[in-house]
Amino acid sequence: MYIYDEYDQQLLNERVAQFKGQMERYLDGKIAEDEFLPLRLQNGIYVQRYAPMLRVAIPYGALNTAQLRALAKVARDYDKGYAHFSTRQNLQFNWPKLEECPQILADLAEVQMHAVQTSGNCIRNTTTDEYAGVIAEEVTDPRPYCEIIRQWSTFHPEFAFLPRKFKIAVNAVPGADRAAIQMHDVGVNIVRNDAGDIGYRILVGGGLGRTPILGEEICSFLPEEDLLTYLDAIIRVYNQFGRRDNKYKARIKILTKALGIERMRELVDAEFDRIRDGAGKLTQEELQRVKKHFTDPAYRELQNNPAELEAAKAESPAFARWLGRNVRAHKKAGYAVVTLTLKQIGTPPGDVTAEQMDAVADLADKYSFGELRSTHQQNLVLADVEQSQLFALWQEAKALGLATPTLGLLTDMICCPGGDFCALANAKSIPVAEAIQARFDDLDYLYDLGEIDLNISGCMNACGHHHVGHIGVLGVDKKGEEFYQISLGGNSGGNHTEEASLGKILGPSFAREQMPDVIARILDFYVAKRSEGESFLEAYRRIGHAAYKEAVYGPAN
Amino acid sequence: MAQLIKNGQLIQDSAWQLVEDSAEATSGSLISLGRWQSEREALLPAAQAGDIGLYLESDQTADLIGDDASSFPIIAINFPKFADGRGYSAARLLRERHGYKGELRAVGDVLIDQLFFMKRCGFDSYALRDDQELEVALAAFSTFTACYQNDVADPRPLFRRRA
Repeated sequence: MYIYDEYDQQLLNERVAQFKGQMERYLDGKIAEDEFLPLRLQNGIYVQRYAPMLRVAIPYGALNTAQLRALAKVARDYDKGYAHFSTRQNLQFNWPKLEECPQILADLAEVQMHAVQTSGNCIRNTTTDEYAGVIAEEVTDPRPYCEIIRQWSTFHPEFAFLPRKFKIAVNAVPGADRAAIQMHDVGVNIVRNDAGDIGYRILVGGGLGRTPILGEEICSFLPEEDLLTYLDAIIRVYNQFGRRDNKYKARIKILTKALGIERMRELVDAEFDRIRDGAGKLTQEELQRVKKHFTDPAYRELQNNPAELEAAKAESPAFARWLGRNVRAHKKAGYAVVTLTLKQIGTPPGDVTAEQMDAVADLADKYSFGELRSTHQQNLVLADVEQSQLFALWQEAKALGLATPTLGLLTDMICCPGGDFCALANAKSIPVAEAIQARFDDLDYLYDLGEIDLNISGCMNACGHHHVGHIGVLGVDKKGEEFYQISLGGNSGGNHTEEASLGKILGPSFAREQMPDVIARILDFYVAKRSEGESFLEAYRRIGHAAYKEAVYGPAN
Repeated sequence: MAQLIKNGQLIQDSAWQLVEDSAEATSGSLISLGRWQSEREALLPAAQAGDIGLYLESDQTADLIGDDASSFPIIAINFPKFADGRGYSAARLLRERHGYKGELRAVGDVLIDQLFFMKRCGFDSYALRDDQELEVALAAFSTFTACYQNDVADPRPLFRRRA
């Protein structure tokens, strides 16, 4: 992974000192509340329902074990002993003291971590595929490009006060969308053209929130060295012309819709033409410098499916089940990619204790070259595990509650912190997730249902990505009471880009206690109507929205 | 009177003032873009003589004045609210695209914690809001010793400077 040089470290240390000073001035009453707001946001601090929340950046999901142990220490020393992985691969602490945040950030800077631009109206943490660098399908490893974007976006002088937040995601698997790039302000698809050159297909104007829109193509092939100047051009157009009068209409998706993609492209191209060959143009030297940080670890020469693995599979059906569900093929023979699920029943999705973090760090040191990744589905990945070690790893992970074999199934839900923590939420989301997990805890049934994305957001801001869940749940407020609206048919793209879609609202909302029954009605209908081997999403698309509506609400009068 | 920092120094200077479009533009007047566009020929000699400057609102993009920028001794860019970031693009484009070399002044809701960004985008004078502490403001210009991106102060991004 990327290791800071003296410049990176110095910049981060200076940032820590800057924010310490800003906090002191704020606590002395020398910065007004509304003027401190963007300063704390750009250092990751929200003021939540009960306490401040600190969102620490995990750039494109990459972590080493020293960093994870430092995060565990923060959870223990400054918080209540746990933390929460978010849907943008970051980590959130829910109970830090505001005045202690500068010291937390100083501690994290020692392990090259920060909370820079994890919030606020600026360019946010770039996200990518959690399997980057270890799967054979990718065009090239997207992480060096993400790191280059990270550096370019960090303290960008021109774009610290954009109309609204700005999120970039990078995918490098052809025909797939492994980072939900169509749902981002800018989606970068790394591609190879007919001549074999690396470049990018660029999407613009995607986003969830209260106006969900899939991004549109603004550039079909951008040469490799033009990445940063092109991003400069897009964001410069947005900074100048994005709406600032209404925060709900301020994202670049609204500007793109208002102008139309053709006009947007003209404006961006006009800007880009004037800067593309300037000093901001990326160099091959820089690409190579950053790529050197993402070389393969010292893999051994091994065979696939070693005898130990086959024997363990035969002996333990539970292990075989986990292997089939939570373990993925690796580009290197004899290795595997393991997902540790943070979806234990009774625990909010994405939550992890300090003890679990330390234990996962030990596992990563022991089995996966001391590195791991966080995922936008709120799980953790050990990317380089020897297949002969999988059984030993499974036993340890199981003891830690991190081997629930449900990756991609109904109960591997995406869920925002909701009204239990978040000041924006209209409704709680965690109790809904827990009630659904408790109701559908039979593994055979979950396996029979197959892959289902169930995504829960506590409000319109859609942190739980409800628009792109096959089943989406949105918390709404009706005269002070919490209700839940269901949508069906959303899809984030995943392994088939062309299938991305936004969910359609099913009908009137439900009370919280009705939710497990309502989900059961939807699932029962699917099970009754599906054809052989037909997935939930396929069946929904074939049978149609109206039939599901009737199954849930009864026949229309 | 706003507190002014110019080229890293505290300055007592109230010379430049925005005047109404209907008022006479005299020495020390900052005029609106609209007025410049409608009275360009009449005002050009005074601008070129260094007597009148231009005042841009945050929704007025740099290309609206374009290469005419160099007619003025000073251009002020207004930040109606500190969170309105359009002025950063305007400043940068005046410097980098339109070749503007004169004084570029940030006016309006100009706060300490914006100064470092403003300097990088090409501002060289800052009419700070009255409540801002000047000593803290002066120190803010040296918050960071290196920057990743190319900017007006240094056209080379860090990746072209890294050894």
